[in-house]
Amino acid sequence: MISINNLHANVEDKNILKGLNLEIKPGEVHAIMGPNGAGKSTLGNVLAGRDGYEVTAGSVTLNGKDILEMEPEERAREGLFLAFQYPVEIPGVSNLEFLKASVDAVRAHQGKPALDSVQFLKLAREKCKAVNLDQSFLKRGVNEGFSGGEKKRNELMQMMLLEPSLCILDETDSGLDIDALQVVAEGVNAMRDANRSFIVVTHYQRLLDYIVPDYVHVLANGRIVKSGGKELALELEEKGYGWLESADNGAA
Amino acid sequence: MAEQFHAQQLALASEQARNPLLAALNAAGQQAFAAASVPNRKTEAWKYTSLHNLLTGDFQRPASQSEFTAALREAATLGNLKAPRLVFVNGQLNNELSDALALEQVTLFSQANAAQQALISQHLGSVLAQAADNQSGSAHLFNDLNNAAVNDGVLIHVGKNQRLEQPLQISWLTTAEAQPFSLNSRLLMILDSGAEATLAEHYASDEQPQNSFTNALTELVIGDNARLQHYRLQLMQEDALHIGSTHVALARDSQYNAFHLGLGTRLTRNDIVVNHNAGGSHCELSGVYIPQNQQLLDFHTCIEHKVPHCTTNEVFRGIMNDKARAVFNGRIHIHPQAQKTLAELSNKNLLLTNTAEIYTKPELEIYADDVKCAHGATVAQLEEKAMFYMQSRGISKKEAEVMLSFGFINELLEALPDEDIAQVLRPLLARRFGRDQSLSRHLLENETAGLSGENA
Repeated sequence: MISINNLHANVEDKNILKGLNLEIKPGEVHAIMGPNGAGKSTLGNVLAGRDGYEVTAGSVTLNGKDILEMEPEERAREGLFLAFQYPVEIPGVSNLEFLKASVDAVRAHQGKPALDSVQFLKLAREKCKAVNLDQSFLKRGVNEGFSGGEKKRNELMQMMLLEPSLCILDETDSGLDIDALQVVAEGVNAMRDANRSFIVVTHYQRLLDYIVPDYVHVLANGRIVKSGGKELALELEEKGYGWLESADNGAA
Repeated sequence: MAEQFHAQQLALASEQARNPLLAALNAAGQQAFAAASVPNRKTEAWKYTSLHNLLTGDFQRPASQSEFTAALREAATLGNLKAPRLVFVNGQLNNELSDALALEQVTLFSQANAAQQALISQHLGSVLAQAADNQSGSAHLFNDLNNAAVNDGVLIHVGKNQRLEQPLQISWLTTAEAQPFSLNSRLLMILDSGAEATLAEHYASDEQPQNSFTNALTELVIGDNARLQHYRLQLMQEDALHIGSTHVALARDSQYNAFHLGLGTRLTRNDIVVNHNAGGSHCELSGVYIPQNQQLLDFHTCIEHKVPHCTTNEVFRGIMNDKARAVFNGRIHIHPQAQKTLAELSNKNLLLTNTAEIYTKPELEIYADDVKCAHGATVAQLEEKAMFYMQSRGISKKEAEVMLSFGFINELLEALPDEDIAQVLRPLLARRFGRDQSLSRHLLENETAGLSGENA
């Protein structure tokens, strides 16, 4: 699915990712945990191709294709989806227009037939219902005045409409109460299948009670310093990150 | 160059003015215009707005009959807006498309009955004169020129407590002629106490390169507790030269709600002057300017708070593309007596290229001590994080730019009280940003599919 090899990346000339390796197979869910400033959000932004996130070494292939030279929209069309930690508000552009433009672009690239307005509206309404958002949200400006939970559900709705092969959830649990968290987790779980992979970036073990990962990695100081099964998350919850960071520094 | 233009316009004005009812106004106008000097770069109110393209023109009177083409017909209907209308082509009334004269509230100066003539004598030029009294420089020589030349015009008089159900559309269209020509158009609207109406003033043309100079002057007299919703839409082809002024007089507890749109031409200058003359009046003024190519578009607004307890909310937004230049000068003048004034002014601008320019200047001039005023102006480029968000969803950079630009303007369209007018404007503006149709299609899809009216 995705192979990340020796990835180094700078943000504003500061070296954030320092040789990150990660191999994810179809259908797997990988959780990435780590302390503040470890590079967790940078990883999502680098993979999605955001301006200002400069890759200085290493490679990333998605389904066998080198994506590092691609524009963000090409990566999205190739099946990469980043659910934002802070989804952007775009007043004046309706959610429905935005979603349609997005789905049209991705489907066209993937050679799927275009949906007409009526078909699309029907589909969008179904997905609204699936994430427990009122249909009036389709008419409002993109994320405009949405609460934190509504924004995250809107991200999830986009994910459902685009059917990506790799979903990166960037601290999707931040700012969510337990009910909203369950809705989002159920949505994600419903999308899990043998061909779709997930990178779940989170600060807290709590999310992983609901989205149970196959693997857990600890990102510290720009590298993955420890990997394990889902039980690693519990160990981190108990012990914190300190013991790993000092181990890493010792190794370096 | 300026002298020649000045002399030529004066001669044309003297030739044109021949309505005895307006003789005094004409004479005063001719005198004032003859005495006025043509603005140059050192004239503060015209500092960033060069009149070069105007002053180098050699203008005649329009030919007596212009061809009425399908393109003009389409422009005139304003997207089949349901409205009684008057349509002028190069200054002449088009009888076929003009049905508003059937309304008792609408007439031409040349067809006015005795009572209407009395109203014209009383009010024409009176609102404009208030601007001169304000000493703010917001009355200029083109207003004098209009007074000098006015021969005919539109009078709309809405009587006490009358309410016009449909918007009134007044369209001033131009089409190119063999010789460059100049026009002075005039509109006077009077709302008696308690009256309510919607006025859509519309300046447009066919798509051919225009060689017209339009000097338009609108005076709006809004009586006690009366309410006017005004749209002033400039949709001319970009070679048209346009200088337009809107002067508003607000009586007690009256309301002026307005939306001014300028697409941009080689030269467009708009002055909007609102006089709060009695307590309780409210001005809700919004506007959009979106020049492109090498266009020059100038909005000068001036809100005169002369008395206590009046309110103003003014919001203008502009998007400059290519090598276009825009000027926004928003003045709010609070006179010493105007205590308890509430006034807000916001001007936000987007520059889409490195070569586009905006000169924005909010001016609050406050001489009263118990008032609440705020103003703000911003100039920015499209937001990086919004661009990235859209691109990360597979939307191309170009389409994202179009959608974000449109969204910036659409926020003001969404606030318009007349959804049918907003619906006419949306496709027009979306296509303006998405020059390639594939880029604006998602913005228009809901409209064309008829989904926008459906309850989601």
